[in-house]
Amino acid sequence: MAPLRPQPAFPENDTQPFWDATKKHELTYQTCDRCNEVIFYPRRHCTSCGSDQNTWHVSQGLGSVYTFSVIMQSRHPAFKDLGAYAVAYVDLDEGFRIMTNIVGIQDPTTDIQCGMRVKLRWEDQGDGEVSLPMFEPA
Amino acid sequence: MPQDRTAAIVGIHEYPLRVVGSDISALQIKAASAAKALEDAGFAWKDVDAVYDTGSDQGIGGLGISEYFGFKPSIIDNTSVGGSSFEFHANHARRMIEAGKCNLALITYGSTSHSDRRAIGTAGATGGGPSNLFRNMEDPWGLTLIGNYAMVKMRHKFQYGTTDEQFAAISVATRRHAMRNPEAVKAMTDLEFVGVNEISVADVLDSRTVAYPLHLLECCMVSDGGGAVLVASAEMARNARKKPVWIIGGGEATKYRENGGDITVSAGAQSGPVAFQDAGVSPSEIDILMAYDSFTITVMCMIEDLGFCQKGEGGAFVSDGRLDYDNPGKPAINTDGGGLSSNHPGARGIFLLMEATRQLRGESTSQVANAKLAVAVGNGGQLGSRHATGATILAAD
Repeated sequence: MAPLRPQPAFPENDTQPFWDATKKHELTYQTCDRCNEVIFYPRRHCTSCGSDQNTWHVSQGLGSVYTFSVIMQSRHPAFKDLGAYAVAYVDLDEGFRIMTNIVGIQDPTTDIQCGMRVKLRWEDQGDGEVSLPMFEPA
Repeated sequence: MPQDRTAAIVGIHEYPLRVVGSDISALQIKAASAAKALEDAGFAWKDVDAVYDTGSDQGIGGLGISEYFGFKPSIIDNTSVGGSSFEFHANHARRMIEAGKCNLALITYGSTSHSDRRAIGTAGATGGGPSNLFRNMEDPWGLTLIGNYAMVKMRHKFQYGTTDEQFAAISVATRRHAMRNPEAVKAMTDLEFVGVNEISVADVLDSRTVAYPLHLLECCMVSDGGGAVLVASAEMARNARKKPVWIIGGGEATKYRENGGDITVSAGAQSGPVAFQDAGVSPSEIDILMAYDSFTITVMCMIEDLGFCQKGEGGAFVSDGRLDYDNPGKPAINTDGGGLSSNHPGARGIFLLMEATRQLRGESTSQVANAKLAVAVGNGGQLGSRHATGATILAAD
């Protein structure tokens, strides 16, 4: 079995609620109670107005590929034998952009386009551990 | 508006070797380069009264570097924003000199990245160190440094129709300049480049894809190296051994992944105009553009974001030999051979200042005729996520 991917490490106060929610397969994001800004990556404060009053939401998991790259060479032990794999920024319909992988395709260099619609797919990392949000063609 | 004449680059030294083995350390490269730059300027070790340093080399930190050199500076600045740190340093030194706080500022860099066998572009996240939100939200998906820049190239192609051939034109011009620079030729030879010769657009497109859509010949080398730059007050500059190269404008900015943000626009879109306004010159007047060429896409973004052409029109701008040192169209680009083909030990920004200085002194191996104005624009961090862009505008005496 390939070595584990780099995992989120805790304690890390800003992102811990996000990762806890992945154990329930919930992709979460925040909005500011004062100025309605969508906050992502997760933080305790609003990046637009500085308020510490915000609300967590669960995303529907639908969005589009903003951009991507197909990694042909990685020396990281978890990825080096994976073959070509796609890393992307996906823009969720709720207005936040996440780094992720695009999966469920044959050839990542030809089967992914910027703007392509995608939907959420979870990849569990181990018993009761966090799950990684990934995306596949919608 | 008269150009500023209050601070100038008066001494430079580019450490000549790109493969140093175990004979010399990063800190020793810095000290050796400082001594040579002082010799170039005609000043003494004890004249240095300001130290600018990233604190990154061999990890002794900003606190340790003055002790290592043996200086007692009145100005200590440890701005550390990756490869663009050195443009930030030069700009900061100019302002401190203008304010009368110091007279001779030393900026140094040393790295043994190649000899340490650091896989900078392809290593991926290594997992050491304290947790933070960026690592937690980025590392699990396996993005490499090269992949980060490739994502910007991909979006640039999608958004503006820029072609691989156009990106390759940057590599071709840069290699042509490298082949005229004996130190770059030795660098490529020592680093065992396949084919130390001029290259064509087809050569670039035929080279293997490291992270789609970036080809190997669109990526910088990983060398050893370093060097030193001295920035002096006008009064000292007038007593320097060589003609001063004046710092007439500067701008600094940072940019990062934002919801709905445009990844093709770098921090240079903020810092470039600030620098040009400070200098009182326009991009069309610039003879030499020393643009941080970690990858072709970095240069494309710098050209557009600093205003050499409209955003998205960089592909057409770089074609037809425009960037060559002997092309009548301005600007000539990376006339030392760049990070692509001459020198990139991990943080290239200091070399941009050096080659700009050589050009404005008339000392380049690809000398632009009658060179009067140059821009050094460093891009540090990673273009597709968080990065900093520092621009320094320089004028011949």
